Amino acid sequence: MAQIRIENLRKEFGKFTAVQSSTFTIEDGEFFMLLGPSGCGKTTTLRMMAGLELPTSGEIYIDGEEVGQKPASQRDIAFVFQMFALYPHMNVGKNISYPLLSQGMPKAQVKQKVGEIAEVLGITDILNKPVGGLSGGDRQRVALGRAIVRDPKAFFMDEPLGALDAEFREHMSEELRALHDRMNATTVYVTHDQLEAIQMGDKIVVMNHGVVEQFGVPQDIYDWPATKFVAQFIGSPPMNFLDFEGTIGTGATKVQLGDVSFNVPEVREGTRGALTFGIRPEHVCLDDSAAYRGRVTATEYLGTTQIVTLDTANGAIKARLSSSDSVKVGDQTGLHFDPRTITLFNATTGQALKSAANAEVLADG
Amino acid sequence: MSFSVTEPTNGTKWFAGILVAAYAVITLIPLIWIIATGFKSPVDSIAYPPVIVFEPTLEGYVNLFTDRTRATPDMLEAAGPPQTWYDEIARERGTVISGPSRYGERFLNSVIIGFGSTALCMILGTAAAYAFSRFRVPLKDDLLFFILSTRMMPPIAVAIPIFLMFRNLGLNDTHLGMILLYTAVNLSLSVWLLKGFIDEIPMEYEEAALIDGYTRFQAFYKVVLPQAATGIASTAIFCLIFAWNEYAFAVLLTSGEAQTAPPFIPNIIGVNGKDWPAVAAGATIFLVPVMVFTVLLRKHLLRGITFGAVRK
Repeated sequence: MAQIRIENLRKEFGKFTAVQSSTFTIEDGEFFMLLGPSGCGKTTTLRMMAGLELPTSGEIYIDGEEVGQKPASQRDIAFVFQMFALYPHMNVGKNISYPLLSQGMPKAQVKQKVGEIAEVLGITDILNKPVGGLSGGDRQRVALGRAIVRDPKAFFMDEPLGALDAEFREHMSEELRALHDRMNATTVYVTHDQLEAIQMGDKIVVMNHGVVEQFGVPQDIYDWPATKFVAQFIGSPPMNFLDFEGTIGTGATKVQLGDVSFNVPEVREGTRGALTFGIRPEHVCLDDSAAYRGRVTATEYLGTTQIVTLDTANGAIKARLSSSDSVKVGDQTGLHFDPRTITLFNATTGQALKSAANAEVLADG
Repeated sequence: MSFSVTEPTNGTKWFAGILVAAYAVITLIPLIWIIATGFKSPVDSIAYPPVIVFEPTLEGYVNLFTDRTRATPDMLEAAGPPQTWYDEIARERGTVISGPSRYGERFLNSVIIGFGSTALCMILGTAAAYAFSRFRVPLKDDLLFFILSTRMMPPIAVAIPIFLMFRNLGLNDTHLGMILLYTAVNLSLSVWLLKGFIDEIPMEYEEAALIDGYTRFQAFYKVVLPQAATGIASTAIFCLIFAWNEYAFAVLLTSGEAQTAPPFIPNIIGVNGKDWPAVAAGATIFLVPVMVFTVLLRKHLLRGITFGAVRK
C-alpha cells in the first residue's frame, strides 16, 4: 500500500483543458474521494493516476516513485470501472484470476488465491458461471475481486456504484467501505454524488472545471467551504446565499444585511463590493422576535424534518426545521442565523473570506 | 387472449411463415435447377419443355473431371472391357477417358485465392479498424473516407490499369497477384464493417487488461479479438463470397496457372458442343465451400447483417 502524491498535474485535450494544475496528497490507507459534477476532470485525474491517460505536465508519485509517463501495466494498481468491464468471454473465476496470470503465477497458486478472494467476497458459488447472467451486485463483487486479488499498491474506482440500483447502492457502499477498512488499502474513488463522498470518504477533493476547489476531511468541507461552488455542490439542500453589497474590515465581527446587523466569526481579511452571506439550512431558525424578516413561500415535508423556503430582502432562503414546528405558506416571521456557522464569500471571485472559524481549514487546502 | 405488442398472433405467424416459404422457394429454384441439371443426361438437360422427372446419371460429373477422346467401335473393342464405373459411363457415349480434366486445379486455385485473400483481408482489416477505432489517427476522417471511396466505383472500371500494372510487375496469372487484387478490393468493406464492430466493444475491457498487467498487444489479442470474433466472422463471409464469385478480373488476369473456377466452368466443352450437365456439375461443386462456410458461421452472419441495429 502506498501514498500517492499529485503535483501540478495538468491535462489538455487539444484546446480543452480537462485538469488544470492539481496538487494533493493521498495518504497511505486513505479512502479518498474525487468529487465533482460531470466534466469537472475528476475521472481524467483518476485515469492519469492509473496510467490510462498521459498527463500533459506535472508529476504523479505512487509510493515515492514518479510514474506519470509509465504504462498502466507497470504501476501495480487496480481499477474498478463504472460498467465493471468484466471480460465477457470468461467466467467469473477466470476474470478474477486474469491479473495473476499476467504475472506468470503458477496455476495451483492462482486457484488457491482466487478461492480465498471468492470466500472474502462471498461469491464462491458463482465462480464457474459466465459473467453475462450475473446481477449488478455480483458483477460489482467480481470486479472488486479482480482488483484485490493482486494486492496492488492502490485501488482506483470510477463511480463503481453508478451502475447499481438505488437500494442496492447503499448496501454495496457499506460493503466497499468494510472491505477497504479490512484491507487498509489506499483507495481513490471518483463520484459525482456528494452524499456518497461524505459518507464513505476519509478525505475529499472537490473539483470543478478542472480546478481543485477544496481538499480536506468531509466535515471541514461541509462546514467551511472554500468557495461558493463547494458550498452549493455539497449539502442537500445546498448552503443558502444572501447577496449584498458592502464593506467588511479586517477584524470585523458584524455584517450589515439591509438594516439588520448579524454577528459573524471574526473576519481575517477585509474586502468590499459584492459579497455573499452563506448559511446552511440547518443553522437557520425561525424566531418571530428577530429583526430580519421573511415570508414563507413553500414547505416540503421530509419525515423528521421539513424544508421551509422563505423570501427575504436578499433573496430566497431555505431552512431545515423539525417537522413538529408548524409553519404555513404566507407566514411572516423573523429569521435567526447561528453566528458561529456563517461563511462570507467574495461574490465576484466565489472565494470564502478567511475568518477566525475557517482559517485553519482553508490553510490546509 | 390479451393483445400484446411483442407477441405475434397466430394469424401473423402464419402469414409470415407463408411469405418466408414463398421467398425461399423463389430463391431456391435456380439452385435446384442447377443441381438437377448436373445429374441429367445431355439430352434431358436441353429438353423443351424441361423435364422435371428424369433418370439421374453421373455423366455430367464424369465429364467434368475427365478429358475424353471419341473412339471408333474398333478402338473401343481393342481397349477391352471398362475398368471402372466412370470408364463405363464414358464408353456408353463412344468415348474413352484420356486423363483428368483441369477442373480440380481450377477449384484448388479458387480455394487458395479465395481463402488467401479473405485471410489477408481480415488481418489487415482488423488491424486498420482497431487503429481507426482506438487511436487518434491524424486526418482520421479523411483517411476513412478515402478508404470508403475506393469502393465507390465498380472495381472493373480500373481493370485496364490493373492489367498493365500486373503485366509489368509479373503478377499476371499468379496466385499472389489475385490474392492481392481481391484483398485490395475487399479491404475497404472489411475496414468499415470491422470498425463498426470494434467501436461497439467498450474501451474499458482493454483498459482493464492494461491495468491487469497486459501489454497493449496482449490486450488487443486476448480481449478485443475474442469479442470481435462475431464481426470478423461475418466480414470474412462477405469477403470470401466476393473473392469466390469474382468473374471479370479472373477472366482478364488469369488464363492458366492461377485461373479460378468461375472463368473455367462456362467454358467446359463437351464432345458435342456445350456440355450443360458438366457445367452444372461444376457449378454445384463450386457452391459447396461457400455454403459450408456460411452455414458454419450463420449465427455470426445474421448478427453481421443486423449489426448496429441493436445496442448491447
